[in-house]
Amino acid sequence: MLAFIARRLASALPTAFIALVLVFFIARILPGDPALAILGDSASEAALVALREKLGLGRPVWEQFIAYMGDVLRFDLGVSMVSGRPVSEDILHALPYTLELTASAILFGIVAGVPIGIASALQRNGPADYVSRAVSLVGLSFPPFFLGICLLLLFAIVIPVFPVISVHEGGSLRGRLMALALPALTLGIIFMAFVARSTRAAMLEVIPEIFVRTARAKGISEWRVLLRHMLRNALLPIITVVGLYFGILMGNSVVTEIVFTRPGLGKMIVAALNSRDYVTLQGLTVVYCLIVIGVNLVTDILYGLADPRVKLA
Amino acid sequence: MLEISNLDVSVRSKGRLLPILQDVNLTVRRDETLAIVGESGSGKSMLALAITRLLAPVKSFELRGKVVFEGHDLLTLGRREMAAVRGAGIGIMFQEALGALNPVARVGAQIVEALRQHRAASASAARAAAVELLRDVGIPAPEARIDDYPHQLSGGMRQRVMIAMVLACEPRLVIADEPTTSLDVTIQSQILSVLRELRAKRQMSMIFISHNLGAVAAMADRVAVMYAGQVVENAPAAEIFERPRHPYTRALLAAIPRVDRVRDLSVIPGVVPRFDALPRGCRFAPRCAYRAPACEAPQVLAALDAAARCCRIGEIPGVAAP
Amino acid sequence: MSVAQRLRLRVFPRLPKALLLGGLTFLLVCALAAALPAFSPFDPAEQDLMQRLEPPSAGHWFGTDNFGRDVFSRVLWGTRLSLLIGLGATLAGLVAGGALGIWAGFKGGWADAAVMRLIDVLLSFPSFILCLLIVAVVGPGVPILIFAIGVSLVPKFARVARSSAMAIGGREYIDACRTMGASDLRIMVRHVYPNVAGELLVLASLWTANAILIEASLSFLGLGIRPPAPTLGGMMLEGLNVLHEAPWLTLMPGAAIFVFVLMLNVIGDRMRDAVDPRLRDV
Repeated sequence: MLAFIARRLASALPTAFIALVLVFFIARILPGDPALAILGDSASEAALVALREKLGLGRPVWEQFIAYMGDVLRFDLGVSMVSGRPVSEDILHALPYTLELTASAILFGIVAGVPIGIASALQRNGPADYVSRAVSLVGLSFPPFFLGICLLLLFAIVIPVFPVISVHEGGSLRGRLMALALPALTLGIIFMAFVARSTRAAMLEVIPEIFVRTARAKGISEWRVLLRHMLRNALLPIITVVGLYFGILMGNSVVTEIVFTRPGLGKMIVAALNSRDYVTLQGLTVVYCLIVIGVNLVTDILYGLADPRVKLA
Repeated sequence: MLEISNLDVSVRSKGRLLPILQDVNLTVRRDETLAIVGESGSGKSMLALAITRLLAPVKSFELRGKVVFEGHDLLTLGRREMAAVRGAGIGIMFQEALGALNPVARVGAQIVEALRQHRAASASAARAAAVELLRDVGIPAPEARIDDYPHQLSGGMRQRVMIAMVLACEPRLVIADEPTTSLDVTIQSQILSVLRELRAKRQMSMIFISHNLGAVAAMADRVAVMYAGQVVENAPAAEIFERPRHPYTRALLAAIPRVDRVRDLSVIPGVVPRFDALPRGCRFAPRCAYRAPACEAPQVLAALDAAARCCRIGEIPGVAAP
Repeated sequence: MSVAQRLRLRVFPRLPKALLLGGLTFLLVCALAAALPAFSPFDPAEQDLMQRLEPPSAGHWFGTDNFGRDVFSRVLWGTRLSLLIGLGATLAGLVAGGALGIWAGFKGGWADAAVMRLIDVLLSFPSFILCLLIVAVVGPGVPILIFAIGVSLVPKFARVARSSAMAIGGREYIDACRTMGASDLRIMVRHVYPNVAGELLVLASLWTANAILIEASLSFLGLGIRPPAPTLGGMMLEGLNVLHEAPWLTLMPGAAIFVFVLMLNVIGDRMRDAVDPRLRDV
């Protein structure tokens, strides 16, 4: 088991490394002078030179790169060009909000989507199937920000149930949940549509399998056949597909955070983009990449646990 | 113990109702092994699935007639009642055991699942019983094998596990659908001896489905020959092999290559008709060596001798009259 | 054979009729969308400050924005723009990713390992974030957007093309071609590509809808094509400020995106069912 994890980790590391290299170079090939971008047109030449020196732009590229890798490994992502605070500090402050949002969306999507997908597959081409397929299609076609705005309009403005600005710095759990509800729902509904479709497809693959017939032939209850034989096998492709979707989920979360004015990585990245804070941008990209690579690793491991045909030793 | 009367099975496909099984009449007595023989496409497996009502999707199939098992007509039972019959009343094992076992569950767990459904037993007692079952079917070191997954076992072992799983419920009637078809020849004979041994020990009735006449000869008390969804001949095993009456049975037996008599391999010309393109008259007529104009007209099955359904049965040379 | 038949055989060989029908419908929808601005009653840039923030009416079907511009016209133009970018990006991703995948899957060995690694790296960036970065670094503009979104789509096409090419490359008739002296390039074009084309086409129809969503999201964040060019996402961003007073500014473009993407998704679904109902969504 550990060997399996170690191998997957070893496979993920070069990918992470190359990704970091890519981030480094993308940030470097930007046209224009970052010092100029920060200080503006009216800055003096001396100030520009000083800033360039401070940013380390004068040193040879490979020296910069080594410094950069060293920094990343120490989780030092530089200092924000705008706020002056360490980037890692800002990220650590924003990360919990994004994780909270993403986790609740995933939970909602799975809890709501899997049963829908199962029901859809069991009653193939029946009324329940058509309805859920239509709902899934609609859910997937909604631009996440549009859905967010609609929900905002409906449940925060027209019917003022939830807060419009979705942050609740105070300690109350209820407040936090209320602030979380609409954004999580926005992300969650789209994810649910995706999960429902994937579950349906996976179940349709499993239902005609012979081992299902064998299970029934033993006289066990239909519920047991469904859960321990059908669903248990359908989980495998579902895990794979859901893992692949995570990248899209992250992208959607950025937009959702903006719509609901929610603090989090998304808000940070847009602010950094608009103010051309390249240091923060670089740091954020590194974090996003690491999250995705981490999630892929977890998905791989989960799949290895779920499918005994995967060699663990 | 099991009496099938006038069983008709049809499937709804693309708006049409296609007949798959027609007027099947079979009886299985206690302690008797009935073999069902036929080419691929004859409907033998369909019959097994129809008896146990495992045909899926349920809405696409139409079953008419009676299947009486120990006094109850299985075709009239509700879902739960049927589930109760499956396993403990009638056990059915399938061929192609890799796809037939749940790939993500351990072999022992699958046997235990069957055990605990039909007998109240604690987890540890069930596990011990499963080990014993594996031993009974001839799997070496069953205590180690019990936690294996299906893909870790060889084909022969998997078939034995299937047998163990079926026996776990202690059925009174076992249906074995092509239990040796996907196995090597040497393994085949092993599996057959396992089946014979268990049959004797537990006094089970059996329906043995196969297209392998050799295996049938080794196992059967009675043989029913199926062709294109109909039972064309039904007789004790010895009679079928020594004095086959229906032209199809005779052709089948003649097609078996013999080492002792050197002659050309005889082949039945043509192919089994598809269920959506059945001949109007006798279904075997297009391929029959004794074909006559009377064979091409629609047959009235009730008028034919149930033991050998051929309209020319009295006229075929070399065949004793009924 | 006529030229048209030849063309059909060369570019879209061996595809089921239903798939081609779906493809045709898809192109039709795109052509319609491209032609939409022809129906635009007003010049999308024409301002009329006397009629700012008017609700929908007979004169202005979707109302006016805070510069007095007709929202309906802007939506029509914006839809075409989104389509252009979405379709362009998908095509770019299809061609680049497909070629890369076929080459990698067919060649195997170091080529395959290298491409796989590249795909993994690209996939470790959430596609939206990657697009954000590229657009932020290089600047806005239609070609940039097409490039950015296209790059994020390359790994997805490459993956599918690669696994198909691997399956086909292993077949014996490929070896037969080789012994007859066919070069690898020739084999890839004449034998591997036709078999992969169907799957790639279905994937393309599904991802066009997604590409449009990404473009809309980018312009919603203010990173897409700069104003005053009418982009659906950009219009929604402007409308966000006046959500209470003039919700139609945000809802109309949003609904347009939604309807358009929904149509493309439905067509894509039909095409997928025609080819292989087992193709996964992602």
